[in-house]
Amino acid sequence: MIRFRTTRRERTEVPRTRSRARTVVALAAAATVAVALPACAQSQRGNEGGAAQSGGTLTFGAAGAPDLFDPFYANDGETFRVSRQIFEGLVGFKPGGSTITPELATDWSSTPDGKTWTFNLRTGVKFQDGTDFNGDAVCANFDRWYNQTGAAQNPALSFYWHDNFGGFADHKEPSLFDSCQAQSPTKAVVKLTRATGKFPSVLAEASFAMQSPTAMKKYDANNIVAAGDSFTYPAYAQSHPTGTGPFVFDGYDKGNGTITLKRNENYWGPKAKLDKLIFRIIPDEKARLQALQAGDIDGYDLPNPADWQTLQQNFNLEIREPFNILYLGFTQKNNPALQDLRVRQALAYAIDRKTLVSSTMPEHAEVAREFYPPSVEGYSPDVQDYPYDPQKARDLLKQANASNLTVNFYWPTEVTRPYMPDPRSIFGAIQANLQAVGVKVNPISKPWNGGYLDDVDNAKADLFLLGWTGDYNSPDNFIGTFFGSLNNRFWLQAAPWGQQLGDALRAADGQPDQATRVAMYQDINRKLMSQYLPGVPIAHAPAAIVVTKKVKGLVPSPITAEEFAPVSISNS
Amino acid sequence: MLSYTVRRLGQLLLVAVALSILLFAWLRSLPGGPVSALLGDRATAQSRAQLTAALGLDQPIPVQYVHFLGRAATGDFGVSTGVQPGDGALTIFLQRFPATIELSVLAIIIAIGAGIPLGYLAARRRGGWMDNASVVGSLVGVAVPVFFLAFLLKFVFAVKLGWLPTSGRQSADLDATRVTGFFVLDGLLTREWDASWDALKHLLLPALALGSIPFAVIFRITRGAVLEVLDEDYVRTAHSKGLTGGTIRRRHVLRNAMLPVVTTIGLQTGALLSGAVLTERVFAYPGIGQALALSFERRDYAVLQIVIIAAALCYVLVNLVVDLSYAVIDPRVRT
Amino acid sequence: MTSTRARRIDDLAASGAAAPDVGVSLVASAWRRLRRDPVFIVGVLIIVAFLVIAVLAPLLAPHDPAARLLADQVIRARNEIPPPQPGYPLGGDMNGRDLFSRMLLGSRETLLVAVLATVIGLGGGLVLGTVAGALGGWADSLVMRIVDVLLSIPSLLLAVSIGALFAQQSQFTVILAVAIVQIPIFARLLRGSMLAQRASDHVLAATALGVKRRAIVFRHMLPNSLGPVIVQSTLGLAIAIIDAAALSFLGLGAPDDSIPEWGQMLGNAQDVIDTHPNLAFWPAGAIIVVALGFTLVGESLRDALDPKNRR
Repeated sequence: MIRFRTTRRERTEVPRTRSRARTVVALAAAATVAVALPACAQSQRGNEGGAAQSGGTLTFGAAGAPDLFDPFYANDGETFRVSRQIFEGLVGFKPGGSTITPELATDWSSTPDGKTWTFNLRTGVKFQDGTDFNGDAVCANFDRWYNQTGAAQNPALSFYWHDNFGGFADHKEPSLFDSCQAQSPTKAVVKLTRATGKFPSVLAEASFAMQSPTAMKKYDANNIVAAGDSFTYPAYAQSHPTGTGPFVFDGYDKGNGTITLKRNENYWGPKAKLDKLIFRIIPDEKARLQALQAGDIDGYDLPNPADWQTLQQNFNLEIREPFNILYLGFTQKNNPALQDLRVRQALAYAIDRKTLVSSTMPEHAEVAREFYPPSVEGYSPDVQDYPYDPQKARDLLKQANASNLTVNFYWPTEVTRPYMPDPRSIFGAIQANLQAVGVKVNPISKPWNGGYLDDVDNAKADLFLLGWTGDYNSPDNFIGTFFGSLNNRFWLQAAPWGQQLGDALRAADGQPDQATRVAMYQDINRKLMSQYLPGVPIAHAPAAIVVTKKVKGLVPSPITAEEFAPVSISNS
Repeated sequence: MLSYTVRRLGQLLLVAVALSILLFAWLRSLPGGPVSALLGDRATAQSRAQLTAALGLDQPIPVQYVHFLGRAATGDFGVSTGVQPGDGALTIFLQRFPATIELSVLAIIIAIGAGIPLGYLAARRRGGWMDNASVVGSLVGVAVPVFFLAFLLKFVFAVKLGWLPTSGRQSADLDATRVTGFFVLDGLLTREWDASWDALKHLLLPALALGSIPFAVIFRITRGAVLEVLDEDYVRTAHSKGLTGGTIRRRHVLRNAMLPVVTTIGLQTGALLSGAVLTERVFAYPGIGQALALSFERRDYAVLQIVIIAAALCYVLVNLVVDLSYAVIDPRVRT
Repeated sequence: MTSTRARRIDDLAASGAAAPDVGVSLVASAWRRLRRDPVFIVGVLIIVAFLVIAVLAPLLAPHDPAARLLADQVIRARNEIPPPQPGYPLGGDMNGRDLFSRMLLGSRETLLVAVLATVIGLGGGLVLGTVAGALGGWADSLVMRIVDVLLSIPSLLLAVSIGALFAQQSQFTVILAVAIVQIPIFARLLRGSMLAQRASDHVLAATALGVKRRAIVFRHMLPNSLGPVIVQSTLGLAIAIIDAAALSFLGLGAPDDSIPEWGQMLGNAQDVIDTHPNLAFWPAGAIIVVALGFTLVGESLRDALDPKNRR
């Protein structure tokens, strides 16, 4: 072992060495390398310019890397934002709304029992690989979804299928889907095992977009492998997504964090105005704001409400209609006092939701009266209200012999959602309200993905903050998801009405007649707010999207399903 | 020399193995993790259990570690669940490594380029206004949190003045060809000069922020070393021999003062890696530091694990190189 | 086998060991130099002011730092926060709490984080360093291998990694993360200092006189290592404050902000830095000034204790 002596106490001079010669050799070597390399590195730049290149490029700031480009396996907004430009479904969302409109199907009808659906398909549509879109392609997609096997069946991948259609062809779990038959190139018939209110709206979800059967086969689209702690995706999902949409996937430059889409020149409808649509990944919210201000990007999604006012001065800030819900949930498992309706009502009266919304929520946020926003089917105009009334809260607590109630109140860190822009402030406000009526609050904060969701889902909390952004206009997507099972975060199996509520939700969803269905949901909502009260709805909060003033034609969508095809940019 | 190098490399391996066991066991005992990350907001207790079983995360940790080792032997160090979902952790590391190297190199060039001349000049005019100003400046520089400095630089030069880009490595619409992953170098190799220039512009602000602390330290060490050497007997002897100032400076002062400076530069590579976590976040620069910050934000344990281990290894390696180069500069240690 | 970083610590260790014995002359001469050193004086003034504020903060603060007294002036929709007003010289923060009171009381928590982190680091280092330095042999080898592994990871990276390893972040995990980073530094420092002394005349003399090993360690070796330890601790305080702020910036700070801490205040203010820069500038300024104070004192102490400066 060499003993290096410490430097600071060196007393003698360092002898000179042949370092100059060494330097020369090193420089010569470096120069050789520099000269030799260009020979093997060719510029691969495409030929820019040309007649078609007139619509310009729009760069949009994304908050993270998409999971993958095959929307069927995705459950994250970053993937869907990209995939919505490449793919289309049989039905689509009306621009700026949450109701459906024809897309690849021009019209559809069902038998009276709501189990057989016939879709008439648009003609002359081609996938981006040049193959035809027709009845066979539609059924190839349905069959692909239904016949997933192995790792791909995991809800981490086929989440939306699980959530809406249930099981797969192996019949381990009942499935909503029965069969698909292509009666002609322009007609596909889908059979369901039961009626449901969410069909065909559910087909507008990005996950159920039509993908090219040829491309999926060529690039092995179903080849999902569980590898250690995660999954690896096939070439199709990584770099060959092929749909019918107005944009074509061009490339994902991982070194630079950019995803590039090009205009689909063979699109069946009005062609995209932009030549190129680039998504640049900027994970930090503040950094996205500054990139916009400096002109590095042309827009980004979900700006922090604290910045809305600043942004409105120089940019087009589009505020979406609220399509979400923030609620305070009660877990009835560990704290018997919460099984008493009077206690739950007391907590509802104790919270000053009006001040909470104005001091912690963005502009246009509303106090929620039910568990989903008014624009969704079955919203009831006359439910029991819980105005801020601390005295009544104290009285109810006394009646229930719960005057010295102590609750474990879970609140999340490391997360912001449109319905929950600042969890810390929201928690603080509710905590102060509860303490004011004599409830002892034991605050427990955990990182969203680092224990919070785990604990809440496993019914470890007493009180918790949670919310939901709707996927499409269906009450089942909200309250069906929240209260449909007994063994959930509310622990409804402890409630005498838990089973009854679940049954009512299933009955309403299976009702094919719309008017009857609406009445059923209204009834559920009334009971939810008066007799059940499994939680307190807090707020519906709007989310915004911001673009520069050069960008025209962006229609904000309540379900964040913005389309970039009609968007144009003036490069002045 | 050789046995020394071998010994150090052996130690390197030991560090890697020890770290990997520690990290592996610890990360897997934390709540949340890949299951939460993969399932997103809409997980249920049931889907969690299903996924945990599918990924084998319900097995005892030693069993999982053996499986991990088996895969690691084939170069598979796990798959990302949050930073770049679906990509191999090693792939992500290798992809982002050039970005951080590029940034660090420019930062250290700035630090050396400014620190050594300033330190030398300050020492030669000891007590002068420049000396005092730069000493105070370097002390303040160390006290300013790197991320705050980065914020200020970005706010002034990118947001307000608009001279330089706010974030990223290269403008998205440049369509540059990728060869080595070093964007500046790629532009030179393919003669896409605008791509090089653009990448350099993206590098400048983060490199300035990142270079601030190494600059302050290199300045101080240079100044101290030069002062010390100026006072040594052999310099006085040289003066008395009638050598000219220039010759003395070149032959004696600079050469001898360089020893501690080289040591310090090696030392500062660690500071660079640390600082990169902060600056890369502020400038949304897709390097290792950003991967590290994102990986724990998103509980991407495969990436977290490989980045920590690889960063530690890099640091040890750089130190080894510095120690070896030290031996080259100072032949006395080659005993 | 000494890494570069380790070597620098050894330098500092050797500087203290150069003293003959519980060094009256060393302390005296250092003090003589320090008294006239403007760097030291400015540093001490800053630290004294910081300590006074931290101790008296509860008396000085006009309001409860956790009370949302101005909550009615916070309007998220228009991004309004309470401006400075009578009784609230710095205005309120995003939750309507008095910023001035939070700054004052934040000094306490910041001091606490810095001191606890340094004390834990010193304590851990003391145990490891003493064991290694005093026992020598295999104990020394084992401890120093561990220390070198820890030293081989960049300090902030280590702190961030440790901070990220906790299931739930809190002020305590911040302190622990920053402290663990300091343990190997102190361990190497103490061990180096003791090794240097083991061969020194006064220790050899004591051994020859039959003084027990424990007595030698605690009466001679440890006190003589004090100088370098004080230098490193002072610098460590500055590093702890800055590193704690960095952890907060990366989202690894304590989530509950009812007890204010400057690093956390700065970290939480990053989202509104361009609309409400004052929320960031006050804590940032305070951190810079205090970190500067500790750095100034630490550096001037280092110079003063360095034997080669005593000519």
